[in-house]
Amino acid sequence: MLDDKDRIFTNLYGFEDWRLPGARARGDWDGTKEILAKGRDGIIDLMKKSGLRGRGGAGFPTGVKWSFMPKQSDGRPHFLVINADESEPGTCKDRDIMRHDPHKLIEGALIAGFAMGANACYIYIRGEFFREAEHLNVAVAEAYEAGLIGKNACGSGWDYDITVHRGAGAYICGEETGLLESLEGKKGQPRLKPPFPAASGLYGCPTTINNVESIAVAPTILRRGPEWFAGLGRPNNVGTKVFCIAGHVNKPCNVEEVMGIPLKELIEKHAGGVRGGWDNLLAIIPGGASVPLLPKSTCDTILMDFDSLREVKSGLGTAAVIVMDKSTDVVKAIARLSKFYMHESCGQCTPCREGTGWLWRIMERMVKGEAELEEIDLLEQVTYQIEGHTICALGDAAAWPVQGLIRHFRPEMERRIVARKQARVARAA
Amino acid sequence: MPKLKVDGVEVEVPAGTTILQAAEVAGAEIPRFCYHERLSIAGNCRMCLVEVEKSPTPVSSCAMPVGEGMVVHTQSANAKKARAGVMEFLLIHHPLDCPICDQGGECDLQDQAMAFGFDRGRYREAKRAVSEKHMGPLVKTIMTRCIHCTRCIRFATEVAGVPELGAVNRGEHMEITSYLERAITSELSGNVIDLCPVGALTSGPYAFTARPWELRKTESIDVMDAVGSNIRIDARGNEVMRVLPRLNEDINEEWISDKTRFACDGLRRQRLDRPYVRRNGKLEPATWQEAFNAIAARVERTSGGKIAAIAGDQADAEAMIALKDLLAALGSSHIDCRQDGAKLDPRARGSYLFNTTIAGIEQADACLIIGADVRHEAPIINARLRKRWLRGGFAVGVIGPRLDLTYKFDWLGEGTRTLEDLATGRHPFAETLKNAKKPMLILGQGALRRADGARVLGLARRIAENGGLVREDWNGFNVLHTAAGRVGGLDLGFVPGPGGKDVADILDAAGKGEIEIVYLLAADEIDTKKLGKAFVIYQGHHGDRGAHRADVVLPGAAYTEKSAT
Repeated sequence: MLDDKDRIFTNLYGFEDWRLPGARARGDWDGTKEILAKGRDGIIDLMKKSGLRGRGGAGFPTGVKWSFMPKQSDGRPHFLVINADESEPGTCKDRDIMRHDPHKLIEGALIAGFAMGANACYIYIRGEFFREAEHLNVAVAEAYEAGLIGKNACGSGWDYDITVHRGAGAYICGEETGLLESLEGKKGQPRLKPPFPAASGLYGCPTTINNVESIAVAPTILRRGPEWFAGLGRPNNVGTKVFCIAGHVNKPCNVEEVMGIPLKELIEKHAGGVRGGWDNLLAIIPGGASVPLLPKSTCDTILMDFDSLREVKSGLGTAAVIVMDKSTDVVKAIARLSKFYMHESCGQCTPCREGTGWLWRIMERMVKGEAELEEIDLLEQVTYQIEGHTICALGDAAAWPVQGLIRHFRPEMERRIVARKQARVARAA
Repeated sequence: MPKLKVDGVEVEVPAGTTILQAAEVAGAEIPRFCYHERLSIAGNCRMCLVEVEKSPTPVSSCAMPVGEGMVVHTQSANAKKARAGVMEFLLIHHPLDCPICDQGGECDLQDQAMAFGFDRGRYREAKRAVSEKHMGPLVKTIMTRCIHCTRCIRFATEVAGVPELGAVNRGEHMEITSYLERAITSELSGNVIDLCPVGALTSGPYAFTARPWELRKTESIDVMDAVGSNIRIDARGNEVMRVLPRLNEDINEEWISDKTRFACDGLRRQRLDRPYVRRNGKLEPATWQEAFNAIAARVERTSGGKIAAIAGDQADAEAMIALKDLLAALGSSHIDCRQDGAKLDPRARGSYLFNTTIAGIEQADACLIIGADVRHEAPIINARLRKRWLRGGFAVGVIGPRLDLTYKFDWLGEGTRTLEDLATGRHPFAETLKNAKKPMLILGQGALRRADGARVLGLARRIAENGGLVREDWNGFNVLHTAAGRVGGLDLGFVPGPGGKDVADILDAAGKGEIEIVYLLAADEIDTKKLGKAFVIYQGHHGDRGAHRADVVLPGAAYTEKSAT
């Protein structure tokens, strides 16, 4: 369990002042100039050493990502874009960071932007986050006022501008290149890669897109040293992470914990346990809607980090833990997710545009058992026909929950089909 | 030059080439819908997925640049499976109404479903239907058939320069539309019909009239404007059903203008199908012999100096030379092919040609347009100018009406004053031309038709000389014609001989009775009222203005019906 002294987000629950004086009292903006004085390469090296992996879902090493930006500008400006379009069902960590600790994000934005040679940063915030955008805007204004950003930010000699841009509520605009399209004023549709954003991103200029949490933890890592961060958790899965626990628990909450905490411990210690006790647990989606669910047997022992969850064919994703107890209609729950992905598919590429709707329609029948047993195989094949064939990861995200369901709850699906058939026979007789 | 292996064949291609292009070099065929070599890469249909070793997922070959040592499999089990999966997805919402679809028989979806798809569908749910869209009378839409390849959107935005097509809604509700459901305001709109790989966008006038396998295909050249687009004429029996573009990189690439494409319905209307002779003030059907007799009777009692001939815009070279010879034999030098009165100088060939060539536009880096509505007079050339402009570093100046040419230009002014300033170097754009490596100018008929057209031509020539437009290795002096037969007529010398009259003088003289016989070779764009009491012989294929005025009408063949130059 994480010691209080190792917490990064000390105002996650908003008990204290979120504005600049409060943030300063918690240690933000302390010695930022000295951090910047380490230089671009110095900062990136420290970030690499810290072993921080991106907190947006894919878990790509943050320092390495920053190092992809060209060392020398070829005349084009560099951009940092912060992805605050937090729309993954079950996830609400960035939201609390932005409304209760916005200065962590802004300080991180300055450091990260400096490390990649950017003078401008865009924070793309989800349209529904109205209050959060208000807080963020106030915080940005405070930072400008105090000379922390703007011309000669923190007295470092580096000019830095931050613009907060509100999205319009499309899930696909959280995909990094879809976000860039939306930011440019176009229809939010992911771009083809290559070229990768570090070569040609926002307005065709080198761009790095990071999740809010990845950016917000950077200043603390640099202040306390990468060794401290790397010392928490398991090798390759280090540091702290904000987990969002929701669903059938007694006390749903956001909590910052050390990576690799056992799932059971996470739920029992922080969320007041599963409703009706641990034995009443049916399944858990460990990382936001797009990762496959885990049955109770796996949940008993699994550790919450990237590699452990990958071993059981799921993923850490955004670390949004959705707990389902035995009262849950698990097929219906996954069908609802399929509907979500059908609704949020951008429609650009074929497998996702056509496949997500197909998945949802079969899933709706599966809920009632109005299907043939062979159709479970068809459903599974369709998911594999989508997965890996699309431009962005939304296709994969639509496929995985269904694959997880079939993997772990196939008997339940078959039971419904058989039961319905038998009921029909009984009625006829 | 990266080397890679495609299906075991090693090829070396320039860096930046895509896998799909490299596969073509290696002789491997990769199916595709959204990819089109003249449009930007969208990569959205996913039909071109191939297996690349060391890549965990299939790669869309149209968008992926080749890398050194790549090993690509286009026929492996994984590649085939990926494509079959995509094809299945494409077909689940497709109405499969091939029997009533005009694209049937020349449909990419049909062909590729046969070649790369499953042999049956597994989709048992309700299909999506798309409410009918409207795109004007030329482009017929059945958007339920659309597979969202976005070729039409990219064509309208990039080539035609009218960003009026787009996709609305998301996911499976995505629909391609012209937003306001109006016709696209482009002279090239018909090309989306050819681009559409399925039957979503088809030709309105051609709808339900023929099947592609019934058509006899004849390669030809268009005469609707002076571009000379390469076309293919599809006919059933003796009826022209449609006109399609033919690939010619030097002229029309693979586009044609809407006029070229859709004018063929006129071939069935108001045709002259027999000779006519005017009797008692009324044109009456006659035999050829009667018509010839009427002409001979009149010509015999008229001296050569009182006979004139005017050739029309679509007259072919063979007909013009025959008419020229005839008039010479009769002793007349009153012939002219410039029925609009353009002050073109037939003596210097370079002064009436499009010297830069259409493909040459792509090398130019500055362009001055004088009195030409390029967009409407020659949409294909305008598309080339736009293509060049899109690449950047192409300054365009316009003298004349301020029009929307689909690209940005500096409007320099109207009239000869501006032209004079340019010729004398007082105008800043003269500097632009001088500094350009390969400057060009386009002189339109609008400027040459003016009373002071000769002076305009002279000024344009001075601009060309001062700006270094005409050099040993580069000729940037261009005259943009609107008549397909004009250059041929000028080349053949179908212009007034010594002491001969031009069109305006012929009409004047006819009005005064000094010219007694006028031979109109499909010439209709003249003021026929001015012909006075002259005896008019009209040879042409349509009952147009000239035929109405004629005393004898000789029916001829239209451009789709004869071999001519």
